[in-house]
Amino acid sequence: MTREEILAELKKVIAPYTTNKEMLAGIDERTDLIKDLKINSANLVDIIIDAEAKYDIEIDYDSADKMVNVGNCIDVISEKLTEKK
Amino acid sequence: MTNHILNHLPYKSSFRFVDHIASLSEDGVKGEYTLKPDSFFYEDHFENNPVTPGVIITEIMAQIGLVVLGMFLMLKETDHLPEEEGTMYPLLTSTDVSFYKMVLPGQKVTVISKKEYFRFGKLKCYVEMLDSDNELVARGMFSGIIKKIAIKK
Repeated sequence: MTREEILAELKKVIAPYTTNKEMLAGIDERTDLIKDLKINSANLVDIIIDAEAKYDIEIDYDSADKMVNVGNCIDVISEKLTEKK
Repeated sequence: MTNHILNHLPYKSSFRFVDHIASLSEDGVKGEYTLKPDSFFYEDHFENNPVTPGVIITEIMAQIGLVVLGMFLMLKETDHLPEEEGTMYPLLTSTDVSFYKMVLPGQKVTVISKKEYFRFGKLKCYVEMLDSDNELVARGMFSGIIKKIAIKK
């Protein structure tokens, strides 16, 4: 999967947890989940769990800690997808 | 074990809403609370017509359904509460509750909580409250974390 493909899928995963739909439509790799999208920090856990189910991967504590902006999320997801192969 | 948890709840008398833990496991908890007729909120909510406020119903569900279970799960993981136990506080991070029946002063309610997940320090549960006739009072999804808060002295 390319980074663009993961980004497109990630938008769907994030959608239920932000009310800022305009911002969500225009996110890029630098978009900060908490500061820009105003996602409740505890809901990051839900996003991680939803991403795990979507990609059939397991995200450990250290990786989860890195998932601050959209680019970091794509890094972790693509890393876990590569490990799976 | 259940007494141990009750003793560690950080709430003081007027805001402690757990009397008894009926059952407790890694998957969920069942507990009870009887609303005290002289509770501070009945005087004004409503004047001469006391009804338990929805926020208090929510708090009872959170204390039994999330905090008791959360402390149990943390104790299970570590065998003891974190060292600086005095500065660790349970915080509610989201709720989505629907209410079905009023609760009046002196009524006993039962809270049943089922764990959805406990990961990265966050506990999410589906929680129901029943009255003494076993009728549904409220239900909803609750999430919370236990956070270290620096207290300025």
